[in-house]
Amino acid sequence: MIIDHPLLGPRDSAEFTYMGDARLIERPSPDAEDAAAAFYEYAYLRDNPAGLHRELWFHEAGDRSWLVVTRNTVTHEIAKVELATDVARAKGRST
Amino acid sequence: MHDLMLAPALGCAPQTIGTVTITENTGVALASVAARHGKSASCERVLKSVLGAVPDIGKAVLRDPEAGFWMGPDQWMIGAPMETHETLADHLKTKFGADASITEQSGGWVIFDVVGEKMPDMCEILCNVPIRKMDAGDVQRTLIHQLGCFVIRRTNADHIRILGPRSSAQSLHHVLTTAAMAVA
Repeated sequence: MIIDHPLLGPRDSAEFTYMGDARLIERPSPDAEDAAAAFYEYAYLRDNPAGLHRELWFHEAGDRSWLVVTRNTVTHEIAKVELATDVARAKGRST
Repeated sequence: MHDLMLAPALGCAPQTIGTVTITENTGVALASVAARHGKSASCERVLKSVLGAVPDIGKAVLRDPEAGFWMGPDQWMIGAPMETHETLADHLKTKFGADASITEQSGGWVIFDVVGEKMPDMCEILCNVPIRKMDAGDVQRTLIHQLGCFVIRRTNADHIRILGPRSSAQSLHHVLTTAAMAVA
């Protein structure tokens, strides 16, 4: 599998480590009233789609950046690769 | 002040196998620069004053005495001769101030210079960098023998510099000599 890194171009997926569902970026606020329920869902509940899935990959043997990779779990086709920092900042985090 | 000698990672003599010579380079002081949140622009200004240019993505700026390369987004490694720049990290800290986190890296890496006609063949055995497509000043971080290493293509066409984890210096040296024997 080849991951087309937004900065470095196509790189072997062996250089990357899978780090889980990209929803991990959306950590709920610990101050919210429903924080306990939100954190339960955040920590334990995952969708398991047969199809497009947004996931975090860490370029461990490369530039150590975190990526959001949209991958088809049925065909392994990669539809989109973004820097996780860009995704997080677009959601108003770490701006 | 104590009068202490710097110990090399291996202290091994240069070794020529076939056309390729592998030399441990103990003469480079290293320090990393990581821009703090929102300080990329001011760090790039300082980098320009230190190196003459900001290393682009996947590139090095090869010059004397300070050289540098891009490690990752907002992160760079600076190198300079150990003889004159042993306190490189302190020197950089005074320049970057609170805009960047500077970390001394000389004690973290072992540096091997690999020079010779068959260097590209050897490189292809070692790692998956596209060595024949790389120009002078291209840098790639990759895995060599399960070790995260930087591979820097130097000015001479037959020369690469490999930075690897110092605590695994002997393993890295072993795999370099093994690959050199395989192409000899």
